[in-house]
Amino acid sequence: MNFTPAEEPAPPRDQPRLDLAVIAEMVAPGARVLDVGCGDGSLLQLLAQKKGVDGRGVELSQRGVNECVAKGLSVIQGDADTDLSDYPDDGFDYVILSQTLQATRRPRAALTNMLRIGRRAIVSFPNFGYWRVRAQLSLTGRMPVTGHLLYHWHDTPNIHLCTIRDFVELVDELGAHIERGAALDRAGAPIRFNAPWWVWNLFGEQAVFLLERGGKRT
Amino acid sequence: MLPNEMFGISNAWEDLLSIVSETRPTSGEGFAPKTVVFEPDRPLLTDGGGRIAPLAIAYETYGALNAARSNAILLCHALTGDQYAAGVHPVTGKAGWWEAMVGPGKPFDTDRYFLICSNVVGGCMGTTGPSSISPATGKPYGLDFPVVTIRDMVRAQAMLIDHFGIETLFCVAGGSMGGMQVLQWAASYPKRVFSAMPIATAAKHSAQNIALHEVGRQAVMADPDWRSGRYQEQGVRPEKGLAVARMSAHITYLSEAALQRKFGRKLQDRSAPTFSFDADFQVENYLRYQGLAFVERFDANSYLFVTRACDYFDLAADYGGSLAMAFKDIKTRFCVVSFTSDWLYPTSDSRAIVHALNAGGASVSFVEIESDKGHDAFLLHEPMFIATTRGFLDSAAAARGLAAHGNSK
Repeated sequence: MNFTPAEEPAPPRDQPRLDLAVIAEMVAPGARVLDVGCGDGSLLQLLAQKKGVDGRGVELSQRGVNECVAKGLSVIQGDADTDLSDYPDDGFDYVILSQTLQATRRPRAALTNMLRIGRRAIVSFPNFGYWRVRAQLSLTGRMPVTGHLLYHWHDTPNIHLCTIRDFVELVDELGAHIERGAALDRAGAPIRFNAPWWVWNLFGEQAVFLLERGGKRT
Repeated sequence: MLPNEMFGISNAWEDLLSIVSETRPTSGEGFAPKTVVFEPDRPLLTDGGGRIAPLAIAYETYGALNAARSNAILLCHALTGDQYAAGVHPVTGKAGWWEAMVGPGKPFDTDRYFLICSNVVGGCMGTTGPSSISPATGKPYGLDFPVVTIRDMVRAQAMLIDHFGIETLFCVAGGSMGGMQVLQWAASYPKRVFSAMPIATAAKHSAQNIALHEVGRQAVMADPDWRSGRYQEQGVRPEKGLAVARMSAHITYLSEAALQRKFGRKLQDRSAPTFSFDADFQVENYLRYQGLAFVERFDANSYLFVTRACDYFDLAADYGGSLAMAFKDIKTRFCVVSFTSDWLYPTSDSRAIVHALNAGGASVSFVEIESDKGHDAFLLHEPMFIATTRGFLDSAAAARGLAAHGNSK
């Protein structure tokens, strides 16, 4: 999944992506992890190496699944929108959705399922509130195309883009807690200064959140 | 069946003539399969309350067992397959059924693994089945042979694996009915199965699956030469009925797209319809050939028994209706594979297996391979399927500590 449509080749990933390192940092050693939209399995491999996790993956593209299986990862072909409901409650410690939320048909249902399957969820997504995105739309009057939003409006798989502020609001509505959050720059490195949310919403090109299931949920 | 032969009909009649001219019996004479015989003190007690003793199991092996006995793979054949997964089939003279996958450098690498394939109990290629002589009567069992299940087939295989002194199989793999055996192996003997590949299969036979099998069985039984299953003693064979059964079954192994691509409405060696019931269409000619070729190598009563075994298969039913319970806490690594155009055991059947494995906490990979070749795609040269199998086995071998090449470990 990730940013690319299922049929297209995944972008080259010569070195571990910085945003993956940020995600990996949030995972406790030895945890059971489900990576939804695991692509070529880079994050699962990183988690296995750095954290010794028991990792499983779900990936839409046959190419991605084959790459993962060839690497010895346990990955099933499936879709975040339709197949998460098949997983039992509390089957995992963490459910990760890396750069995929915006490509799901029902992001809210996907998040709900994630917090049902695991007590914690880690979500990363491109921030539509990033100042360049805002500037492109307001100054040129056209849908933004940036380093993280590579597609034109008519061929983008990203059908549910949101801002950091929007996401935080949805998390609130779901009754989940934000345990940790980070805004990342273009390269995926965390922005290392303390600032209120609206600042991150302006300067973060992407964001990563570690969520914990709230007590309100039944 | 070779990949290219599968849909090829150009040589069909030549093949047919060669087969007819050297008609061979199917009751185990005329070739000498490798066989282990379990004497009556070690009977196979069947799910249906039957007792099979003595029990002969015909098998074939490829490659060499390593010193640690850790590189053995059991290949489970499909409905009308047999132990000849690779090499030249002694009866048909054609390549083994999984020639695309088994051999040096192929995913089931004979330079690396020790491959075992045995004829299922109830079969007709040397393992005890309805055409074998019943010790009670001195005559062929016929319908007196106990109705066997997939679990009985697996029990018999386990006896063979014990005979080889192998505690844990590195992998159990198979498609279709073979895939059912793989699932049963994992459920019955989870600690003896390090990795498993159930391919193009289902955890239970659907109403449609049972219905299609029943058409085949009724075709056999409607043949006057079936003689209530006593045809062997009376020197006849229900070839017409069995051929019709094969023809109808063969359609279910293909796909509409594949039939259209290969045959369409093309006529057979003629430029206009004959307005008769000749095989005017190529597809008719092809099916008739498939039927005729099949009866030369398969026993009609065996066909009844193996189709019945599939019909009775419902793995979840043995575990309180929960398929997940069948795989609870299993440590086996699974790779489940389905094919997009398989309407006999569609992807939804494989997804149900994957769902249960996930719920049971198993380590599972699942791939749906894009193919228009229908159910039989698993027997053919499908590059993505081959790549998936190779990747899965390589990573499982690394986890098992098997050397990359040779049998040194």
